[in-house]
Amino acid sequence: MAKSNELKTVLTSPVVSNNPIALQILGVCSALAVTSKLETAFVMTLAVLFVTAFSNLFISLLRHHIPNSVRIIVQMAIIASLVIVVDQVLKAYAFAISKQLSVYVGLIITNCIVMGRAEAFAMKNNPFPSFMDGVGNGLGYGFVLMMVGGIRELFGSGSLFGIEILPLTSNGGWYQSNGLLLLPPSAFFIIGGLIWVIRTFRPEQVEAKE
Amino acid sequence: MSNQQETFGKTILVVLAVCLVCSIIVAGAAVGLRSTQLANKEKDKQNNILAVAGLKTDKKISEIFRSNIQTKLVDLATGEFVDGIDPASYDQRKAAKDPAQSIKLSAEQNIAKIGRRAKLATVYLVSDDAGKLQRIILPVHGAGLWSTMYAFIALQVDGNTVGALTYYEQGETPGLGGEVENPRWRALWVGKKLFDEQGRPAIKIVKGQAAAGSSHEIDGLSGATLTSVGVQHTFTFWLGEQGFGPFLSKVRQGALNNG
Repeated sequence: MAKSNELKTVLTSPVVSNNPIALQILGVCSALAVTSKLETAFVMTLAVLFVTAFSNLFISLLRHHIPNSVRIIVQMAIIASLVIVVDQVLKAYAFAISKQLSVYVGLIITNCIVMGRAEAFAMKNNPFPSFMDGVGNGLGYGFVLMMVGGIRELFGSGSLFGIEILPLTSNGGWYQSNGLLLLPPSAFFIIGGLIWVIRTFRPEQVEAKE
Repeated sequence: MSNQQETFGKTILVVLAVCLVCSIIVAGAAVGLRSTQLANKEKDKQNNILAVAGLKTDKKISEIFRSNIQTKLVDLATGEFVDGIDPASYDQRKAAKDPAQSIKLSAEQNIAKIGRRAKLATVYLVSDDAGKLQRIILPVHGAGLWSTMYAFIALQVDGNTVGALTYYEQGETPGLGGEVENPRWRALWVGKKLFDEQGRPAIKIVKGQAAAGSSHEIDGLSGATLTSVGVQHTFTFWLGEQGFGPFLSKVRQGALNNG
């Protein structure tokens, strides 16, 4: 395989065929919490994408120097620093959104996707492919987040990115909003539905019967 | 992974180097962005004041603050306005930490668990475009379960009826105690009376549902008993003798009606 093809696979495979949420079922906690609106889901996507991409890059750069015995701690230190930087930047330039995301930005530190990619990919690969892998996984996470956020905001609040699409009865329109979609459990059903759809088109993802 | 390099010294060295670089980056971000973050907080505070001010106007925020909202300092012990200090330069939170500008609350006075209380408090008087006083906005704060919760409460000119309430800074559990920010819960406060006929603080957060038609009771937050208790204590304190009690009793007697 040519090198550019390999890179392309690294970048695109996490989006659908090896999606971190839909296939590996990682990072579900934050996917439930921040998807009641597209705006927060989008900012969260950017934050996670930034963190996975750069933590992979830095960890890959250091991979020959990170002592095996304390590698998780070193990875955590790098990831945590990046997350704090993201949190500070959000507080400075997107204050309203950072208030809505509240603790979930800080919780990116414990997001299994970041840690998982650092341990599984960045420790074994060169910096550039690692960076692309991070971007890819951020996109995969974002893909699910945006789908869930879109469905929840459209049917829960009748809008997309805060722009009214379905006029609500409470504002004199005709659409009776679905309150369940504003609550975190609804994201479970939507993610479940997405996994079903993906696996219908990609039967190879279905686990073998035990 | 290069296992041949795994000596004790090297491990320590790498860990220290990583920590050093990371801490420089984190500290750099925190210090470098601090002024922007503070400006955001200030703007957010003004927005929150406007949210309870109940003004119907389409002026710009800064303009409203110049023309419709008057910032005053109140001496909490006497309930009198204090002139001679510029309210804009006064920081109540800083003052509460300064022994010269604050008093230490004794154990039984310290209902809201705030330790010290500034001698002067900032209040905001909201007037409509005709210059008629509409609302009095008081800042209150008190300990919740995890954090100190900061709120603005807007009163009608009678000094008793709640016009609006907003919690603008708190670190309670999102979804449970964090629901103090929920607009539906805050709306329950509108129209309630803070004091009974004898002028004693009477606002009460009850567990479950408030009695229908009650003018003092407010639903507690479900799943957040300790936060609800914190809200109760915040208001018990700030409406009492150590808080805005003296000021509000003057307001109830009509001290602001001709002003």
